[in-house]
Amino acid sequence: MFTEKEIRSILKEVKDPEIPTISIVDLGIVTGIEVSEANDVHVTLTPTFAGCPALRLMEDMVEERLAKLPEIGTVSVNTSFDITWTTDMITPEGHEAIKKHGLAPPKRNCAKIDMKLLEETVCPYCDSSNTTLKSPFGPTLCRSLHYCNDCKQAFEGFKPVS
Amino acid sequence: MNSIEALKELLYKMADDQLIIGHRNSEWTGIGPILEEDIAFSSMAQDKIGQSEHLYNLLHQLGESDADTLAFTRNADQFHNSQLTELPIGEYDFSLIRHFLFDFAEMLRFDGLRNSAYMPLAQLAKKFYGEIKYHTMHASTWVRQLGQGNEESKARMQSALNEAWNYALGIFEQGEGETVLQEEKIFEGEASLQEKWLNAITPILEEAGLSIPDKSTWEPKNGGRKGYHTDYLQPLLDEMSEVYSIDPTADW
Repeated sequence: MFTEKEIRSILKEVKDPEIPTISIVDLGIVTGIEVSEANDVHVTLTPTFAGCPALRLMEDMVEERLAKLPEIGTVSVNTSFDITWTTDMITPEGHEAIKKHGLAPPKRNCAKIDMKLLEETVCPYCDSSNTTLKSPFGPTLCRSLHYCNDCKQAFEGFKPVS
Repeated sequence: MNSIEALKELLYKMADDQLIIGHRNSEWTGIGPILEEDIAFSSMAQDKIGQSEHLYNLLHQLGESDADTLAFTRNADQFHNSQLTELPIGEYDFSLIRHFLFDFAEMLRFDGLRNSAYMPLAQLAKKFYGEIKYHTMHASTWVRQLGQGNEESKARMQSALNEAWNYALGIFEQGEGETVLQEEKIFEGEASLQEKWLNAITPILEEAGLSIPDKSTWEPKNGGRKGYHTDYLQPLLDEMSEVYSIDPTADW
């Protein structure tokens, strides 16, 4: 019988299709893993954004990966809002992965999310705080657009969501 | 009206609002005045249409048809969105003002619903509230900038505000199930929401140098919640459901 921990570690191989450096585990969206005596596995995911187009794709990716395991029973995956995802659920490893993709990681423990907070985004290339917010919306729902006044580089940030 | 019917009435109006404003927002894709705005309206469209799907899913759990059927097979008189959401995008000033007025109402609605006694809705509201906050941040930034811009930008924003105002009041048209929803602690009610909305938008409009139309001229454009719509809604629905009507099983 697989343990929850084993399944979780295997799911680290499943990456966010929009940010392929981060696993869905480090993104913090795997909110439930249940394994039965017969090795039937049920995984619960929570959406980052309600309109995220990668939701169903990620369900399929999880199912596909787990189905490959030897001696696995039935695999089922569902998406539920029972636990509300926030960017504080991203692991420290996840923050590194986001940075590796060229995105500024979201600030942690944001009591109040406002424009000022987004304006304080640190450049993922040169770590400068001298940056300008261009738009709170970017190429995917979870990103904002910024410009670094020091290294003169346009960059994207992962928006804090509380 | 029993509480399930009252709940359905509430879910329908919210889901339809999200779907229709989402579709209107998407009409800016490719033609936004600057690239960032093109992206902003497209992102907000994606958020809202995604939110509408989850609200339709709740209706499906309560015995209504599935999300696609609800979105694509009803006619205008079966929709419960406020008339404000169905108006054409117009000039950018109008779209911005509508976005400002509508999204503040939305944000406050979901803020309150986070404490709804109907748990599935409270959970969705928690999620949506965090998302819509970004929409209101975007809207207030532009309202301030253009209100304080030059003479032309200010005049355009004021005229758009005058045009949109009575339609915006129509957001708060009361439903028949309102008392039941309040008794069951599912929803605070439209009157309370409207008051919070006025308190939230007034200081921002003042800061922007824009004036809310005089109270004596307020005439809410009601009817949307009961299926009475402007001539703009049916063509929007026809366009939105074009692919579905040709092939309901199409996958893309």
